Amino acid sequence: MTGSPPDVMLPRPSVSVDAVMAAQRAAEFTKRSIKKDAKVAGLLMALSMLDLTTLEGKDSVEKVRGLCRKAVRPWDRDEAVLGYRLPSVAAVCVYPALVGTCVEALGPDRRVKIASVATGFPSGQFPLEVRLDDTRRAVADGADEIDMVINRGAFLAGRHDEVADEIREVKRACRREDGSFAHLKVILETGELETLDQVRRASDLAIRAMADVDFETGIPAPGTPDFIKTSTGKVQPAATMPVTLVMLEAIREWHAATGRVVGMKPAGGIRTAKQALHYLVMVNEALGPVRVDGFDGCPWLTPDYFRFGASTLCNDILRQLAWLKSGRYQAGYDFSEA
Amino acid sequence: MPERLDVLKTYKLFIDGKFPRSESGRSIEVKDRKGSVVAHASHASRKDLREAVEAARRAFPGWSGSSALLRGQILYRAAEMMEGKRAELAQALTAGRGSTGSRQAQAEVSLAVDRLVHFAGWADKFSQVLGCHNAVAGPYYNFTFAEPTGVVCVVCPPVPPLLSLISLLAPVLCSGNTAVVIADAADPLSAAVLAEVIATSDFPAGVCNILTGDLDELVPFVATHRDIDGVHAAGLSGDLAKTLRAGVAENIKRTVVHSEVEWDSAACESPWWIEPFLEMKTVWHPASA
Repeated sequence: MTGSPPDVMLPRPSVSVDAVMAAQRAAEFTKRSIKKDAKVAGLLMALSMLDLTTLEGKDSVEKVRGLCRKAVRPWDRDEAVLGYRLPSVAAVCVYPALVGTCVEALGPDRRVKIASVATGFPSGQFPLEVRLDDTRRAVADGADEIDMVINRGAFLAGRHDEVADEIREVKRACRREDGSFAHLKVILETGELETLDQVRRASDLAIRAMADVDFETGIPAPGTPDFIKTSTGKVQPAATMPVTLVMLEAIREWHAATGRVVGMKPAGGIRTAKQALHYLVMVNEALGPVRVDGFDGCPWLTPDYFRFGASTLCNDILRQLAWLKSGRYQAGYDFSEA
Repeated sequence: MPERLDVLKTYKLFIDGKFPRSESGRSIEVKDRKGSVVAHASHASRKDLREAVEAARRAFPGWSGSSALLRGQILYRAAEMMEGKRAELAQALTAGRGSTGSRQAQAEVSLAVDRLVHFAGWADKFSQVLGCHNAVAGPYYNFTFAEPTGVVCVVCPPVPPLLSLISLLAPVLCSGNTAVVIADAADPLSAAVLAEVIATSDFPAGVCNILTGDLDELVPFVATHRDIDGVHAAGLSGDLAKTLRAGVAENIKRTVVHSEVEWDSAACESPWWIEPFLEMKTVWHPASA
C-alpha cells in the first residue's frame, strides 16, 4: 500500500435529510423557464451526457451494434434537418457479454466510452468472487467504465462495513495491468433504500470506499472520476429528483472536505427532454457555483462528471431539437430505435 | 331552508381518458344568439393537441388490435350513453348560438345517436366489404385486408356541432383508428358533453380525445404534425383548407375535407367514409395441393 491515509473524515453517522424540504427544493428546479437558444444548448448538453443503455435479456450483437452507431451519431438526418452535426453521446451501457461487440463497433480511437454493468447486475446476489470475476472480465474485454450494484441486503441489514469492503474490492478489480483504473459507478438502487437518510448514508459510504482505493494507490485529488448512480432501472421508483439532490449534496460536501470530485449518474425513469433539463437545472443550482482546482467551469456540467442513464431519452431530445428547428411536431418513426 | 347555490358544470378538454383544463389556462366564452355569456369552455392550445396526439398514439396498438366485435359493442355502448344524456346534449345545443330551438336540438341528438349505432354495426363488417379475395394465376390464395391507418384528427365545423362530430368521428373509430377531435370554439358545449359519453363507454384511455378550440389556431399544427396519419374534416374555410392541404403533403397524411355536406342524409352513412382511413394489406398464401 502506498499513499497517505485520509486526513479528513466525514462525520459518522451521515447527516440526516429533511425529506419534505428535499422534495420541495427538488420541485422548485422544475419551474425555471428555459426557452429557445438556452433550451437548445441544454438539450445538446444533455445529449452529450447520455449513457445510451440497453440492458435486456433479449439484447443481441446486432442490437448493440445499432446502439453503437446511434451513440456515435445520434441522428443520421441531423445535418439535413438541424443544419449541424450533433454531438456523440458520452457512453454506451451494456451487459458484460456485449463489451467485446462494442469494442469492435466503436473502433480503437473511440470517443464514446464503453460502460458495462457488472457484479451480478441487477441484483448483486452472487458470491463476491463471482462478482469480482465479472468485473475483471469486463475490464479485460475493454470496458472503460464499470457500473456495479451494491449489496442492498447487507446495507439494509446494517452491515455497512461489508458493503464498503465489497466496493473497495470491486474498485481494485477495476485496475488494469498498466495500473490505470476503469472508472467505477456505484449503483445504490435508491428505490430499495426506503428513506433519503439511507440514500445519504449509502452515498457517503460509496464515495468514501471508492476514495479509499485512490488513497492506497496514491492517486491525488481530484481522484479517479468515479460516480455514484441512483438505480439499475429494474426497480421502481428509479431516479427521482429528491434522491438525486441528496446524492449531489453528498458529492458537494465530500468535495468541500477533501477536494476530490465524484460524478453523478441518475438512471432510470428519465424519459423526456424536459425532465433532463430539470436535472441540469438542479446540477447547476446545487453544484454550479463550486469551483474546483484544474477545471475551467463546473466539472459536473460536463460529461466527465454527470451522466444520464437512459434509453428512450435520446429520441425525445432529438424530437425536441427537430421541433424547435422546424416548428413541426415529429413522429416516433422519424428516429431509429437502437 | 337557505337558497341553494348554483352548481355549474366546468366544460373541460378530454385527453387520455382524463378531463384536464387547457394547459394554456385559456377559456372560451360561449354566447347565445343574443350575445350573452352562457358558459365557459376550455380553449385548447397546440400543446394540448400535442398531448392528445401522444395519447392517441399510445392507445393505437390496443384499440386497433382489439376485436371488431368489441369495438362495435363499445361504439354501441356510447350510443346508449348518448341516449341517456339526451336532455343534457339538447340543452348544450340550444345554449350555443349554432342551434335554433329545442325541437331542432332533439332532432340533432336523435340523428347523432342513430349514426353512431349505424357505424357500430359497420365495425365487424367493413373488412368483409372493403377487403377481398383476389384472383391470381398460380396455386395461391391472395387476400387483401383493410387495416386502420393510425392516429386520425377529426376537425369539426361549427354547424351542426354534434351531428357533424359524430358523423366524422364514428367511421374513424369503428375501423380501429384512434382519434383527436377538434370542435370549433363557436359552439363547443355538445362536444364537451360528448366527452363524458366517451369516458363512460369503455373506450380505453386515449382512443378518442376531444379538444375544444380555435380552428385557425390549431389546424396549421395538425397539418404539419408528423405523428398524425390522417385528417377527417368538414366545412373548413378556403384559406384553412389550403393551409391543411399544404401541410399534410409533407408527411402524406390521408386527408378528406368534405364540403357542402347534408348531414342528415344517408350519404353520411356510406362505408366510403370508413375507407379513406384504412391501409390495404395484401397477403399471398400457398394453396394446398
